[in-house]
Amino acid sequence: MKPLTPVAPAARVTLGISFFVVFIAIWAVATLGGFVSKTFLADPITMVKSGYTLLTEMGFAKDIGMTVGRVLGGFLIATLVALPLGVMMGAYKPIEAFFEPFISFARYLPASAFIPLLILWAGIGEAQKLAVIFIGSFFQLVLMIAVAVGNTRRDLVEAAYTLGASDSSLVRRVLIPGAAPEIAEILRMVLGWAWTYVIVAELIGASSGIGHMITDSQSLLATDQIIFGIIVIGLIGLISDMLFKLANRKLFPWAALGK
Amino acid sequence: MSILSVRGVSRSFESAGRAPTVALQATDLEVTENDFITILGPSGCGKSTLLRIVAGLDTQSSGEAMLDGKRIAGPGADRGMVFQSYTLFPWLTVLDNVCFGLRERNLPRAQQLEIAQSFIQKVGLRGFESHYPKQLSGGMQQRTALARALANNPRMLLMDEPFGALDHQTRELMQELLLGIWEAEKKTVLFVTHDIDEAVFMGSRVVVMSARPGRIKLNIEVPMPHPRHYSVKTTMAFAELKAELTEQVRVEVIAAQKASMA
Repeated sequence: MKPLTPVAPAARVTLGISFFVVFIAIWAVATLGGFVSKTFLADPITMVKSGYTLLTEMGFAKDIGMTVGRVLGGFLIATLVALPLGVMMGAYKPIEAFFEPFISFARYLPASAFIPLLILWAGIGEAQKLAVIFIGSFFQLVLMIAVAVGNTRRDLVEAAYTLGASDSSLVRRVLIPGAAPEIAEILRMVLGWAWTYVIVAELIGASSGIGHMITDSQSLLATDQIIFGIIVIGLIGLISDMLFKLANRKLFPWAALGK
Repeated sequence: MSILSVRGVSRSFESAGRAPTVALQATDLEVTENDFITILGPSGCGKSTLLRIVAGLDTQSSGEAMLDGKRIAGPGADRGMVFQSYTLFPWLTVLDNVCFGLRERNLPRAQQLEIAQSFIQKVGLRGFESHYPKQLSGGMQQRTALARALANNPRMLLMDEPFGALDHQTRELMQELLLGIWEAEKKTVLFVTHDIDEAVFMGSRVVVMSARPGRIKLNIEVPMPHPRHYSVKTTMAFAELKAELTEQVRVEVIAAQKASMA
């Protein structure tokens, strides 16, 4: 193999799928072959069967809907606040100097550790779930957006000024469109993190959602259901990631050029 | 009639704990309407600094630069600039790049398009209006940058080694293109380069700068009439001037090297 040489698209898809096959095969051999006790790890067939039961008889689809709704809701609120603040911080250095130290500190506060406090403040309803996701994604978003905007090429900024751009139109017409593809990538990445926070939030004090189903299954030692829940999360994550990538490519055709 | 007056402009950079570095000594330069002034000098002689001060992108430490009798206090659309690096906005097509300054002036879209199209045609990029910069060669990107600067109808065109990153053949074609446009549009140009051929071929005057700390050492007229055909590069007059400038610049390059090794 030559380093850094790209693979053909068809070969890439085949290779990507084959690892899934290998993974499931190892799992099947370990469980169906009797190497691992059923109490600890369910086999793939049982997992699929109980997943079907979960969806058809136990209303798991509603749990999935709740979880997706919470992630999107919390993430959307975080984005709506983080976007303008991040752009302002990236563009105007005094604003950055004011907020940056605090946000750098706040982003290391683990969102999951806030759950007991948030339950105290907001109860165990939806507001608490949204708040966990907000805390988990907001600070990361702001900092990364500010960096993306602040990294605008200085020669483009100078070119804009020599073309008569005012300060405000520099932000509107150069800083924002120039950073937009990177901001979209940041949103895609942080959305992935938001998924881990929602499950943590649902493991404690929730009455619905994928995380809630997983804790319920834990008390029944239903590893098949737990694994099914985990796989569903992974699949939804994968799909949202792909949709995001697709949207980014459609929205910013120029960014993919020459890469 | 002088449109740009540079009087006693100098630039030095403060460095902590050391004496300030003088990049440009007090410099005087008068530029009259329709001048095409090329500025030659070794690397680090402050020629780009001088240009950036005129553009308003850098601030002089002393003296003043005046455009049409008004003190230059910052960048503006009246001084169009073409940079050595490719500075087209990568998210805009060729057409929208050329429209950038026009849109800033809130011209109606139809008028923007009309002006932009005419300059796109002048730089020979008709048919590439909807290309993105990354789809263009270096030469085509610089043509677009030239069209973008000209579309604003600036008083002066400032060019900082705009063809420096291009290969030799492309550069020669770009020189002819720019010269043709200058002859037709009667613009006033300040053009920084370290290529002597380029300086003589295009300039109506050539200014030679000394090694750092830079100052203007020579300011001579190029005694060749316009319009110039590329074949003037093989004439005696061209060769003589080039020989003289080569000597003048060479002395400075050697001085600059000595200074950097000392």
